[in-house]
Amino acid sequence: MKLIFEKHKEGRRGPSHAKTGAPKAKGLDPKYLRKKDTNLPSLSELDVVRHYTNLSRLNYSVDTNFYPLGSCTMKYNPKFTERIALFEGFSDVHPLLPQLSGGGVLAQGSLEVLYETERLLSEITGMKAFTMQPMAGAHGELTGVMLIAAYHKDKGRRRKFVLVPDSSHGTNPASAAIAGYQVIVIPTGKDGYMDLAEYKKKLNNETAAVMLTCPDTLGIFNPHIKEIADMAHEAGALVYYDGANLNAMLGKARPGDLGFDVVHINLHKTFGTPHGGGGPGAGPVGVSEKLVEYLPISRVVRRGDGTYALDYQAHKSIGYIAPFYGNFGVILKAYAYMLRLGREGLIEAAEMAVLNANYCLAKLKDYYDLPYDRTCMHECVFSASRQAKNGVHALDIAKYLIDRGYHPPTIYFPLIVKEALMIEPTETESKDTLDAFIDVMIEIARLAEQDPTKIKEAPLYMPVKRLDETKAAREPNLRWRP
Amino acid sequence: MDIPKDRFYTKEHEWASIEGGTAYVGITDYAQSSLGDITFIGLPKIGDMIKQTEFCATVESVKAASDVYAPLSGKVTAVNKDLVAHPELVNKHPYDKGQIFVMEISNPDEKANLMDEEAYRSYVEGLSK
Repeated sequence: MKLIFEKHKEGRRGPSHAKTGAPKAKGLDPKYLRKKDTNLPSLSELDVVRHYTNLSRLNYSVDTNFYPLGSCTMKYNPKFTERIALFEGFSDVHPLLPQLSGGGVLAQGSLEVLYETERLLSEITGMKAFTMQPMAGAHGELTGVMLIAAYHKDKGRRRKFVLVPDSSHGTNPASAAIAGYQVIVIPTGKDGYMDLAEYKKKLNNETAAVMLTCPDTLGIFNPHIKEIADMAHEAGALVYYDGANLNAMLGKARPGDLGFDVVHINLHKTFGTPHGGGGPGAGPVGVSEKLVEYLPISRVVRRGDGTYALDYQAHKSIGYIAPFYGNFGVILKAYAYMLRLGREGLIEAAEMAVLNANYCLAKLKDYYDLPYDRTCMHECVFSASRQAKNGVHALDIAKYLIDRGYHPPTIYFPLIVKEALMIEPTETESKDTLDAFIDVMIEIARLAEQDPTKIKEAPLYMPVKRLDETKAAREPNLRWRP
Repeated sequence: MDIPKDRFYTKEHEWASIEGGTAYVGITDYAQSSLGDITFIGLPKIGDMIKQTEFCATVESVKAASDVYAPLSGKVTAVNKDLVAHPELVNKHPYDKGQIFVMEISNPDEKANLMDEEAYRSYVEGLSK
């Protein structure tokens, strides 16, 4: 497919509009004026419309097909939330309003949504308070670790280390390092859980926090979680909950009850708001009682007379972490999602997500190695080691799935599983969809035995074949040049 | 699986070739083949004081980013700058041109914590079972 720049034809142009009668704005200082042509392509309106329409048809999304990307909960984004986000009373509210004299009264609805969403998330996670401000999961993580740092500093404790299991998301050690901590990695034991003996050895009065994903990235709920949290607290450390996998335990268990002090949630994973290119993320952070006073400013408060306002009075706060108050449209969609599903609906979502993952696990375990063989939560992790013996690696399986119309599962993560294939179907998929996907996975296992080149040559039916990922990483070329 | 006889190995798949008070360090053939095509090496700094089993460098491949741990304690005295432009050297020649850094050993007794060729070979065979 050609780039739009390559479709340039000298002299072609779209419709030009009549000039307005408005006076020209005062000119910029000439030193800022462009001297050379912009090099934008000349195209007709129809050229442009076709170009982008055809590009959009190459797009793969959860609205077009099954998207079983593990550890990332690519659930369907119900359309009623989009309609609500477009209500003018929300979409036309300027984010500066609450800070302007007399503006607060015009933003009451939006402030109430923020306040209520914080209350709902606090209830779901068992935390004392939330900030809705972080713009994405990783931003939430950094905010969370900064809260931990503020807490230790305020208590006069010198803490240097953050412990993370070797199965953790890469963002955990990255957030800890950016917040100024040294990271210590705890290995996974033979049973698939974080090695408790090794954890005890590394935990001491220099530990700031331990960061855990729960259920963990193997899709397993760690039965020692309470013990791990209690031991951390005894050492004066805090316990961080990476909420990437919260979908599995909605309404079943609450991080706050398990002893977690800080929680970040990905609204775009658990609460059905768009993911990736579909819209900005949101990574709200919840805290236990002892961390409330460090939350970023501003906080949404409900006054005695029932009105809502932004409160900037917090002298121990870590300060500003975002312009205005988070990605409001995303928060609104998550709020609508929670209200529409209700308590029972959210619990059912978690149950169906776990059931779907276990269905895939049960149907595929005869065909793929299962390094940690037990009932899983919302995702199951296979290994393609058996297929790799015939030269069919996890990457090859992923490419073949693309040819068959499926987004591949997560591959090569978690790092502790060789040739990992991490399948997360989510609750919104029907048994028919799962069965069709399972059939293709079984076909791949059979081809890996009988005709491995078929898999290794894939994809054959896509606009591009195998891309040279190594060259792309070693010599990235991100700009078109004539 | 290429495992030269003249060096020492860690469980994390680093090798060290020891000559007097100096050690040459890299990652093993097993490590490079499990990582796949390597796209970036984060080298230590010359003068860094490093401790046995602690983080000292990074290796990134198309599959994953992975830490390199110091096989011995001491001071980094030279790094292989060729790897900045040519990280693939670690894939092609893990034991010579793909060597990552050179260090001055501060505690020769720590050699006892490393595996020899035979021990490492049976360790790696155990992993792939």
